[in-house]
Amino acid sequence: MKARDPRLVLQAAPLLRQQLTTQRAMLDVLIALVPATLAGLWFFGIGALLVLLACILGCTLTEWVFSAAEVRRERLFDGSGLLTGLLLGLTLPPSLPLWMAFVGGMVSIGLGKLIWGGLGHNLFNPALVGRAFLLATFPIAMTTWTPAGGPGQFFEINASNLAAPFMHVDYDGVSSATPLGLMKFESQSTALPDLLIGNISGCIGETSGLLLLLGGLYLLWRQIIDWRIPAGIMLAVAVLSGILHVADANQYPGPLFSVFAGSLLIGAFFMATDPVSSPVTPRGAWIFAIGVGLLVVLIRNFGGFPEGVMYAILLMNAATPLIDRYTQPRVFGRGGRPQ
Amino acid sequence: MNLLPGFFRHSFAHGVHPAGLKEQTEDLPTQRMPFVSRYVMPLNQHLGAPARPVVEPGQTVSRGQLIAQPGAFVSTSLHSPVSGRVSAIAERRFPGGIFARAIEIETDPYATQRLELQPPVDWRHLDTEAFVAHVQQAGIVGMGGAAFPSHVKYSIPEGQRIDHLLVNGAECEPFLTNDHRLMVERPEALLRGIEIILHNLGAREATIGVELNKPDAIQALEQHLDPSIPVSVVPLHVKYPQGAEKMLIKAVYNKEVPAGELPRDLGIAVNNVGTVVAIADYFDRGIPLIERILTVSGPGVENPSNLIVPLGTPVREVLRYCGGLKDGPIELVMGGPMMGMPIASLDVPILKGSSGILAFTADSQMRPKEYPCIRCGRCLEACPYFLNPSRFARLGRARRYDEMQKAFVMDCVECGSCTYACPSRIPIVQLIRTAKSQLRQPAAGQA
Repeated sequence: MKARDPRLVLQAAPLLRQQLTTQRAMLDVLIALVPATLAGLWFFGIGALLVLLACILGCTLTEWVFSAAEVRRERLFDGSGLLTGLLLGLTLPPSLPLWMAFVGGMVSIGLGKLIWGGLGHNLFNPALVGRAFLLATFPIAMTTWTPAGGPGQFFEINASNLAAPFMHVDYDGVSSATPLGLMKFESQSTALPDLLIGNISGCIGETSGLLLLLGGLYLLWRQIIDWRIPAGIMLAVAVLSGILHVADANQYPGPLFSVFAGSLLIGAFFMATDPVSSPVTPRGAWIFAIGVGLLVVLIRNFGGFPEGVMYAILLMNAATPLIDRYTQPRVFGRGGRPQ
Repeated sequence: MNLLPGFFRHSFAHGVHPAGLKEQTEDLPTQRMPFVSRYVMPLNQHLGAPARPVVEPGQTVSRGQLIAQPGAFVSTSLHSPVSGRVSAIAERRFPGGIFARAIEIETDPYATQRLELQPPVDWRHLDTEAFVAHVQQAGIVGMGGAAFPSHVKYSIPEGQRIDHLLVNGAECEPFLTNDHRLMVERPEALLRGIEIILHNLGAREATIGVELNKPDAIQALEQHLDPSIPVSVVPLHVKYPQGAEKMLIKAVYNKEVPAGELPRDLGIAVNNVGTVVAIADYFDRGIPLIERILTVSGPGVENPSNLIVPLGTPVREVLRYCGGLKDGPIELVMGGPMMGMPIASLDVPILKGSSGILAFTADSQMRPKEYPCIRCGRCLEACPYFLNPSRFARLGRARRYDEMQKAFVMDCVECGSCTYACPSRIPIVQLIRTAKSQLRQPAAGQA
């Protein structure tokens, strides 16, 4: 033993921590988004890349501007701005003017996160707040879709991407409907292999069902997300649309189409599972997930929009505090639940 | 994440799975630590009232001699761990950075340290009252860490009876192997102690709960089972905090002890294996509680060991015997890494409830950077009491203690599973501890 006593550090137990950190969890979500992002770039080319970058830039700059000086560096590199920006960008049409994508990023962080008190305090999913803002503000740009191209057209930037702020947007003339749009307005179904591979028009990140599933499975394997939420959403959508399909196969699409078309997968695995805006209790997670599934089926089949995942999740986000409050688990050794 | 709650009968719901980290010491036989020059016996090393000294400074004492009487019913005796001279009865360092009154004994270097054995007690012909008095006289407390005087558990109110003796060999805290070694090395003493307790409480059966990561302990106990005594060994899934009394009852008997009630209200008495062996040593061999098994381990200690140490040995001497500490800042903990007490000084003595001394190098245990709560719910799935720790952390920061009380914060046993599980590294159980101590003060909640 040394002549002098060692310097003793005092810290209250427990001294052991499990390995996962919040920062690592965010990194894992980014990793899980890589396949679907690459697929989006493959199908929509460099224009899509610019849209993603514009969103990330909007998010990160807003985060930086509204952070206290002493935590600025940290905020800039903690990855949450990057993640919100990427999630937002993946839900936007590839031909969206870049300035709109940038504004969407600003709204996501500013109205979606910061005014609530920052990370962990927001009621709604920030990326979806940004998207809802864009859809309400620029309805035409947000619903004009370019067809999936492929590597041949990779370096062709859509003219609409470069539109100047507040100026008329010129579309290339080539526009095509999404599978859900075809379904809703022309009662025309898209084949399942196309939905799985992603050779369809739609938002940047929602084309390839298989790669989204791959990312989702990675998150489940890493135990980053609550398995109940994607499971509950997909089950609810499959069962409810199955019932409708059996009732009238001509008007209502079947369960497989309903699960793989549109933004259901990206919503179920990456948006609804945002821990901040979803319930903490296990029973609450089931209620939340089934609520999202129910609303998706209702909006798609009986509402005015072809797609309803965004509004379904935002509505259930709003219900989350209430769900949490009424689903507190029964305390061990007690008959009742806490207030 | 437990995908199938309730599927495994021999465990409880929720909890966490920290790495065992027991490899360093689980196969090391216990060694008897040599006597050192000075011992310190704090009078309040058990729960309840402090003991009252019955010796004077300057008085000569022999090893095993009574040096302090129980100060109340919920209190117990102290015996000298060594032959020597009482050098002081004064304030001495205590774990947790505080001071407490203690009897300090200087070892007589010329003494043989032979234990003056008292005649064994004829435990088959005692009434319950005499049994309880003997256990109190022997100074026996819960050896798992809580140090609750054991005789209190054995004094059953009128109209109640104990049917089941549950022996706690779970040892769910990482690093600790003292109970493990005890079960492997002294299974006959453990079974003897069970026989004594069963007989005197009139209980129907005894069950020893052992986690599956101690197969050699399970095997040793099963080999020594005596068919004439109703004892069984139940292997348990490895999970923290299985050794918490109410969790163990849930795991073994699948019964939930209602909040505010005690195991004895369900006819169950729970004893740590070390406590049961202490009972056997006293009734069979006349040895009061003057020593215990201690695991010395952790990344900051040179030679991890399992030791039999006299109570009152300064931590400094224990560490010296184990080759000292590694370089750099060190965090020392008395007990396990999940619920142990930080030690602020090497002069702190080993107590009846000290199951281990763990040393961590500070680089492995630097205060982790905290993130905001992202409401991931991992603490809810960790809490064995099904409380909402994330809410407690939020309310605790805002000092809304009365709301925490309404959400049953006082049910929390401070196992630390929530803090362990939190990816944002929020000190949840630490905030809960603060709230509970505030609520225990009179006129609490108005902070």
